[in-house]
Amino acid sequence: MTVQTESGRTLVRNRRPASDRAKDALWHVTMLAVLAVVLYPLLWVVTASLKGNRDIITDTALWPATITWEHFANAFDGLAGIPLWQFFWNSFAIAGLSVIGVVISCSMTAYALGRLRFPGRAAMLGIVIATLLLPSQVMLIPQYLIFSELELTNTYVPLVIGKFLALDSFFVFLYIQFIRGIPRELDQAATLDGAGHFRVFFSILLPLLRPAVVTSSIFTFIWSWNDFLGPLIYLYDMEKFPIPRLLQSYSNSEGVSNYGGMMAMTLLSLVPVVLFFLVFQKFLIRGIATSGVKG
Amino acid sequence: MIPWIIGTAILTIGPMAWSLYLSFTDYHLIRGGEWIGLDNYTAVFNDPMFYRAVRVTLLYVVLAVPVKLVASLAVAMLLSQRRRGMSFYRAAFYMPSLIAMSVGVALIWKALFANGGVQDRFMGVFGWDGGGFLGNPSVSILMLVLLAVWSFGAPMVIFLAGLMQVPQELYEAADVDGAGKWHKFVRITLPMLSPVIFFNVLMETVGAFQVFGSAYIIGGESGSPAWSTLFYTVRIYTLAFTDFRMGYASAYAWLLVLAVGLVTAVMFRAAKRLVFYAGEDK
Repeated sequence: MTVQTESGRTLVRNRRPASDRAKDALWHVTMLAVLAVVLYPLLWVVTASLKGNRDIITDTALWPATITWEHFANAFDGLAGIPLWQFFWNSFAIAGLSVIGVVISCSMTAYALGRLRFPGRAAMLGIVIATLLLPSQVMLIPQYLIFSELELTNTYVPLVIGKFLALDSFFVFLYIQFIRGIPRELDQAATLDGAGHFRVFFSILLPLLRPAVVTSSIFTFIWSWNDFLGPLIYLYDMEKFPIPRLLQSYSNSEGVSNYGGMMAMTLLSLVPVVLFFLVFQKFLIRGIATSGVKG
Repeated sequence: MIPWIIGTAILTIGPMAWSLYLSFTDYHLIRGGEWIGLDNYTAVFNDPMFYRAVRVTLLYVVLAVPVKLVASLAVAMLLSQRRRGMSFYRAAFYMPSLIAMSVGVALIWKALFANGGVQDRFMGVFGWDGGGFLGNPSVSILMLVLLAVWSFGAPMVIFLAGLMQVPQELYEAADVDGAGKWHKFVRITLPMLSPVIFFNVLMETVGAFQVFGSAYIIGGESGSPAWSTLFYTVRIYTLAFTDFRMGYASAYAWLLVLAVGLVTAVMFRAAKRLVFYAGEDK
C-alpha cells in the first residue's frame, strides 16, 4: 500500500498509511450503524406522526407514502376542550419554578456543607449522600399525607417545594464538588475584608459556580419536564396537568382511535427536551462527566 | 443558610420515620388506622403479588444494569479511539437517556412492540404470528430492559470522561512490553476505570430498583400481560394511591429501602477490595 498524504484534511499526523484511513472509515461506519439503531425509535415517531391514521396500521415502510399534517393540527386542539398550549404552559411553569428553587437552595446548602464549619456538618453531608441512594418511594406516602392535610394537593406546591428545600441531593452534591474546586483563599480574603457569609456567597462563589448553575438548571428543567409520578399523585384537574400527565390521559381516552394524533402529541412532548439538549449539550455532558469523575 | 439544611433534614427524615410508623399500622387514607404490629410484614410475605413484583424487579435489575453498562463501556471505548467526530457521536448517543424514562418514549415503545405494533407487523410479513413482544408475558420484561439499555448514553459519557483520564504512558509502556489488546484492557483500562465503574454500577442499580413511569405506562397497575411488568414501585403506587392502603404500602416501601440498602452496602464492601484508586497504595 502507498502512503497517502491527502492535503488539508489530515492534520499534522505523521505516518498515516491507507490502512489507517480504512480504519477511520470503518470506525465511522460502525458508529453510524449504532447511531441508526439507537435513533430509530425517534425517527419512527416522526414519520408515524406524518402518516394518515389508516397508513400507520398498514404501511410498515419507514417513510410515509403521503404526508399529512392533520395530526399536529389535532394535537394542538388538546384534550377535553383544553388547548395544548395550556399543558405546555403548565409544564413550563412547574419546570421554571423547579429550576429557580434548585439553583437557590442547592447552591446555598452546598456552600454551608462544603465551606462552613459547624457541629454536625459531617453527619449532614452523610445524610445528603445517603438520600442520593434512598428510594424516594418511602417518602411518598407520608409526604402525600402531609400535603393533603395542608390541603395542598391539586396544586403545584408539592411538586416544587422539595426543590426550594434543597431536597435534590444530586444537585447539592454537584455544587459541593464545584465548590471544593474553588480556592479557599478567595473567600478567606473576602472574609478578612469584612464580608459576611452572604456577601462571600453571592459576590465570590456564585459567579464562579456558573457552570454548576447552568448544569443543574438544565437537568432540573429536563427531569421536571419528564416527571410523571408527582403529577400522577398530586394533580386531579385536567387544566393543571403538565405534558406527561396529559399524554397518559390522552393515550387512555383517545390513543386507540386516534393513533396518529397520539404520536404527534408524543413527538411534541419530546421537542422541548431535545431542543434544550441541542442548545446546552456541551454544558450537560461536562456536568454529568464531573458528577462521576472527580477532578 | 443553616435553616435550609434543617428544613431538608426534617422533610426527609420526618417522612421516613412516619412511614416506618405507618408500616406498623393498618392506616387507610379514608378510614384511618391503628397499630397492628408486624401484621403488615407477615401479610406482605404471604402476598403472591409481592413475589411477582420482586421477581420482575430483580430480573430487570439483573438484566438491565449489566447489559446497559457493558454497552455503554463498549461504545465509550470505541469513541475514545478517535477524536474527530467524537463529540458529535457522544452527544447523539447521550440524547436518548434524557428522554428514555418519559411518558412519551414509553408510548413509543408501546407503539413499536405492543400487539399490532411495528415489530408485530414487520415480523408478520415473514409469517410471524406471535404478536408483539410486549403482549407476550415471557418476553415483555425484555422490552423494558431494552428501554433501559437504550438510555446507555448517560453512563457512557461518564465512562468516556474516565477513559480520557487514563494516562497514555501506561499504554505506551505496555506496548513496549508487547502486551496485547485484551491484556491492556484487563490490566490497565479496567483497574484505572474502576472508580468510575463503581459509580456507574451503584447509580444504575439504585435507579433500576426505582423505575416507575415507563413500567406504569407500559404495563398499567396490574403489570400486564400476566403481571410480567409488575414492578415493585408500581405495586407500591397501586396499594397506596388506588387501594389507599397506606400502611400496607409503607411496609412494602420499607422492604424496598432495606433491599436497596443491603445491595448498596454489599457494593461498598466489594468496592473496598475491587476498586483501585491511582496514587493510593493499599
